[in-house]
Amino acid sequence: MIGVLQFPGSNCDLDVMRALVDVVKTDAKLIFFKDQDLSGLDGLVIPGGFSYGDHLRAGAIAAKMPVMEEVKAMAKEGKPVLGICNGFQILCDSGLLPGALAKNTSMKFICKWVELGVANDTSAFTNLYAKGETIRMSIAHGEGRYFCDDASLRELQDNDRIAFRYGGSNPNGSLDDIAGVVNREGNVLGLMPHPERASEEILGGEDGRKMFEAMIDYIKSR
Amino acid sequence: MKRPNVALSDEEIELTRKRLGREPNATEWAMIDVMWSEHCAYKSSRKYLKLFPTEGENVLLGVGDDCGIARFDDKYGIAIGMESHNHPSAIEPVAGAATGIGGIVRDIISKGAMPIACLDPLRLGDIKSHERSKYLFENIVKGIADYGNCIGVPTVGGEAEFDNSFNKNPLVNVVCVGLVERDKIVRGIAPNAGDTMMLIGSKTGRDGIHGVTFASEELSSGSEEESRPAVQIEDPFSEKLLIDSFMEIFKTDAYAGCKDLGGGGFSCATSEIVHKGGMGARIELEKIPLREDGMEPWEILLSETQERMMLIVKKGREDEVERILGKWDVLYSRVGVVTDDGRYVITQNGKAIVDLPTHMLTDGPLFDREFEAMDRPKVKKPDVSDAKSYFMKLLKEPNIASKKWIYEQYDNEVQTRTAVKPGQDAAVLRITNKEGIALGVGCNSAHCALDPAEGAKEALVEAVRNLAAVGARPLAAVDCLNFGNPEKPKAFWQFKVAVEALAGGLKSFNIPVVSGNVSFYNESDGEPIDPSPIVAVLGKLELDKIMTMGFKDEDDEIVLVGETKAELGDAPRVDFETEKATNGLILKLIGEKRVNSAHDLSKGGLAVGLALMAFKGGKGFEVDISKMGENIDDSEKMFSESNGRFVVATKDAKSILLAAEKAGVKAQEIGRAGGDKLSYGAFSVSLKEAKKGWETGLEELLT
Repeated sequence: MIGVLQFPGSNCDLDVMRALVDVVKTDAKLIFFKDQDLSGLDGLVIPGGFSYGDHLRAGAIAAKMPVMEEVKAMAKEGKPVLGICNGFQILCDSGLLPGALAKNTSMKFICKWVELGVANDTSAFTNLYAKGETIRMSIAHGEGRYFCDDASLRELQDNDRIAFRYGGSNPNGSLDDIAGVVNREGNVLGLMPHPERASEEILGGEDGRKMFEAMIDYIKSR
Repeated sequence: MKRPNVALSDEEIELTRKRLGREPNATEWAMIDVMWSEHCAYKSSRKYLKLFPTEGENVLLGVGDDCGIARFDDKYGIAIGMESHNHPSAIEPVAGAATGIGGIVRDIISKGAMPIACLDPLRLGDIKSHERSKYLFENIVKGIADYGNCIGVPTVGGEAEFDNSFNKNPLVNVVCVGLVERDKIVRGIAPNAGDTMMLIGSKTGRDGIHGVTFASEELSSGSEEESRPAVQIEDPFSEKLLIDSFMEIFKTDAYAGCKDLGGGGFSCATSEIVHKGGMGARIELEKIPLREDGMEPWEILLSETQERMMLIVKKGREDEVERILGKWDVLYSRVGVVTDDGRYVITQNGKAIVDLPTHMLTDGPLFDREFEAMDRPKVKKPDVSDAKSYFMKLLKEPNIASKKWIYEQYDNEVQTRTAVKPGQDAAVLRITNKEGIALGVGCNSAHCALDPAEGAKEALVEAVRNLAAVGARPLAAVDCLNFGNPEKPKAFWQFKVAVEALAGGLKSFNIPVVSGNVSFYNESDGEPIDPSPIVAVLGKLELDKIMTMGFKDEDDEIVLVGETKAELGDAPRVDFETEKATNGLILKLIGEKRVNSAHDLSKGGLAVGLALMAFKGGKGFEVDISKMGENIDDSEKMFSESNGRFVVATKDAKSILLAAEKAGVKAQEIGRAGGDKLSYGAFSVSLKEAKKGWETGLEELLT
C-alpha cells in the first residue's frame, strides 16, 4: 500500500492517486497529515501543491509538521519516499534531501513541458530509465530553482545522486540544471517535474509512468 | 425628509419608503443601497436578458442561481459561471484579478461542484505605448496565476485583446467550470425553517466594503485613491481549504443549501438564500467572527471579505459539518436560523437592528433605460500594399502574437484533465475516460465597436467554431456583457442591440444560456470601452476524436472551407445558417477521421490562420492565394476576417470538396503542408523567422 500524503493546500494529491490506482494499478490511499501512523505503508508520495499556501517559503511549514518524523522513519527503514514539486520542497526543508528550492530566476510561475536527461538509473524510482535517456514531463512551479552549497553539490555529483537534469534550456535557473535528486541510499527522490502529469498519452506523454512502476517493483523486491 | 447617504436615485429612495411604509434606519439603508445596485439587481439589464433562451434538455440548473449546470451525461452535470472583476482590477490589479477568480470558484463550489477549470478573457490597454497598461497587464496575469495556481484549479484558456479604449478600464472576466454528480447538485436555497445558518471561512474585515456600488459607477481619475478600500484582499490558501472541506461536507446529507459570499457580502448571500426558499432569517450580528474591533453593523453586513460561504445546515446535523470543518481547520460560526415568517431580522445583543421583509432586499427596481443609435464609425482599411512586411508585423502584434507569456504562468494541467492545452482553438478537459468537454471563448471588441450587433453575433459564432475545430458540439453558453454607462443612451444602445443580436444567435443555434454577468459603467473619465459581449460556450466531445490545429504530415492537402468576403478592417457579417452548415461539415469530417488538422479562422484571416497551423505543427506550407476562387483583392483573401471559415489538412482533399458540396458549403483546395517556409504565392517567409516573431511579440513589449 502506497500512501499519498495530504497537507492543507496539497493540490496534486488526487492526480497522484489517479496515476497510482488507475494508471499503474496499484493500491494507494490518501493520508491526511493529522493521521500520524504511517507504519502500515510500503511507500509514500508527497504530492505537489501549495501546502500552507506557500506561506513563509514553499514547503517550510509542512516540513515542520509532526507527520514528517514518521516520514523520516519510513525513509530510514528503506521504504521508497517520492516528493514531487511541493513534495520535493518539503523533503529539502525537512532535511531528507540536501539543498533548497528558490524562486525561479524569471520570478514567475512557469508551467510547461520540458525535456529531462536521466542522470541516475539505479535508484528506487529511476531504474527503469536508462542513463543518458531523454524523457519529457511537465513542470509547474514558482520556486523550483535548485540550490545547494559547493560541498553538497560535489557530494551529489560524486555519488550519482542527481536523478534528472533539465535538457535544452534550463527553465528556472537550477544549479547544474538539477531537476531532481536522490538520497545516498536511493530510496528517497525529490523532483520538480510532475510524473503524474506525464503518465497518460492523452495528457501529453507517458514518460512519468515508469517512475511509479519502478517504485512498485522496488516495494515488491524488498 | 433628509436624503439618506446612499447611491440610490431619488426615485429609488421614494420607492423604498413607499414599499416599506416607514423610513429605514441607517443600517437598513446601507443594505438596500447595495442590494439594489446595478451589480446585484441587474436593474438596467434584466429586461433585455429575458431575450436569451435559457431552457432546454441540456439545462439542469438555469439562470437565477449563482451559476448554471449543463447536462453532461446520465451521471454528471457541468457547472459553469462567468464573472467580471473589472473595476477592482483597474485599481489593484493583483488583488482585483485574484478575487475575481475566488468569487466565481465559490459560485461553482456552492452548487456542490468541484471546480475543474478556469478561463480568463482579458481586455488590456495599449501596452505598446501606455505604461500603466503594461503594469496592469503584468499584474492582472500575476493575480490570476498566484490565486488559480494555489487553489489547484487549472487555468486552461481565455483570450487577451489590447486596445487603448481599455487603458484605464481593463476587463478581467473569468469563467469557471465544475464537475458535479447530478444527484448531488446543491441549491442556493434555505427551504426549511429551523435550519442553522452557518457562516464558514475567513473572519469578516473592512475590505471590499461597497465593492458593488463601486462597480456600479464610472471610474474617475480619483478612483485609485478613493476606491482602494472597496477592493477585496485575496487569500487563496483559505479558498483551497474551502474547496476541500466543502467537497467533504457535500458527501454527507447534513446540509440543505449553500451560497457564497460575493458582491454585497453577508447581507446579499443571506437574504437571497432565505428568500429563494420562501423563508426568513433571524441572525445574531455578534456571532459573525470579525477580523478587527470597532466595526459598525453596516460594515459587517456589507463587507466583501473573500473566502466566506453560507451553508444552511439541517437542524441537529451541525456537529457533523463542524467535525469536517475542524479537520481542515476552517473557521465556522452558527450565526442564525432560518425562519418561516419571510422577515429578514438581524439582532445585536438581542435588539433588532434590521427588520425587513426579505423581498425588500431581493426584489430590486427595474429600469427602462433610454437608448440612442450610434452612427457606424468609418472603417479604416489597413495599408497592405507590402503584404509581406504587413504580415510579419501582424504576427508580432499583441492581439495576434502568441499568448504563451500569459498561459505559461498559469498551472494549466493540475487535476490531470487537460487534454488540449492553451494555445489551440479550444481547451479540452477529460471528464470520463471516453468523453470530455471543450471550452471556447469569443469576442472581438474592435469589431463590436464598429458594429455591436454583428460583433455580438461574431462572439457567439467564434466560440462555437472554436469548439467545432477541436471536434466538440455545444451544450450551453455563459456570457459576460461588458459595456459603458447604461445611463448614457448611446452606451445603452450598444448593450441593447448586442443582447438582441446575441439572443437571436443563441436561439438559432439552440444553445441555452445557463448563467452570465453584466458589467456596466466600464468607462474612465467619461470615455467608454469598446463594447465587449464576451461569450463562452461549453461543448462535449469524444476523447478519441480530439482535433488540433497543427499540420501533422508532410504533403497533407490544405482545404479552405467557407467563403472569404471583402471585409478587411471591417466588422465581418455573420450568417447563422452558413455557420451551422459549416460547423456541421467540420464535425462530420472530424468524426469520420477524414482530416488531420482543423483550425477556425478569426484574427488576421487566412494568412495568420495558416501560419498558426504551421507554428503548432512545426511544418510549413505552400499555397497560392492568387488562385483562390473569390473575385476579390489578394489582400482581402489574405487578411479579411470573414466569419464561417476553417482550414483543414487532409490526405484526401477531393472527397472533402465533395462532402462540402453535398453540405452546401463552399470549399477549395489551396495547397499543401510541408517544408520550412510559409509560402503564400505572392511571397514566402521562413517558418523559423515568422514563428520567432509570433512567439516573442508579446514578451518583447514587456521586458
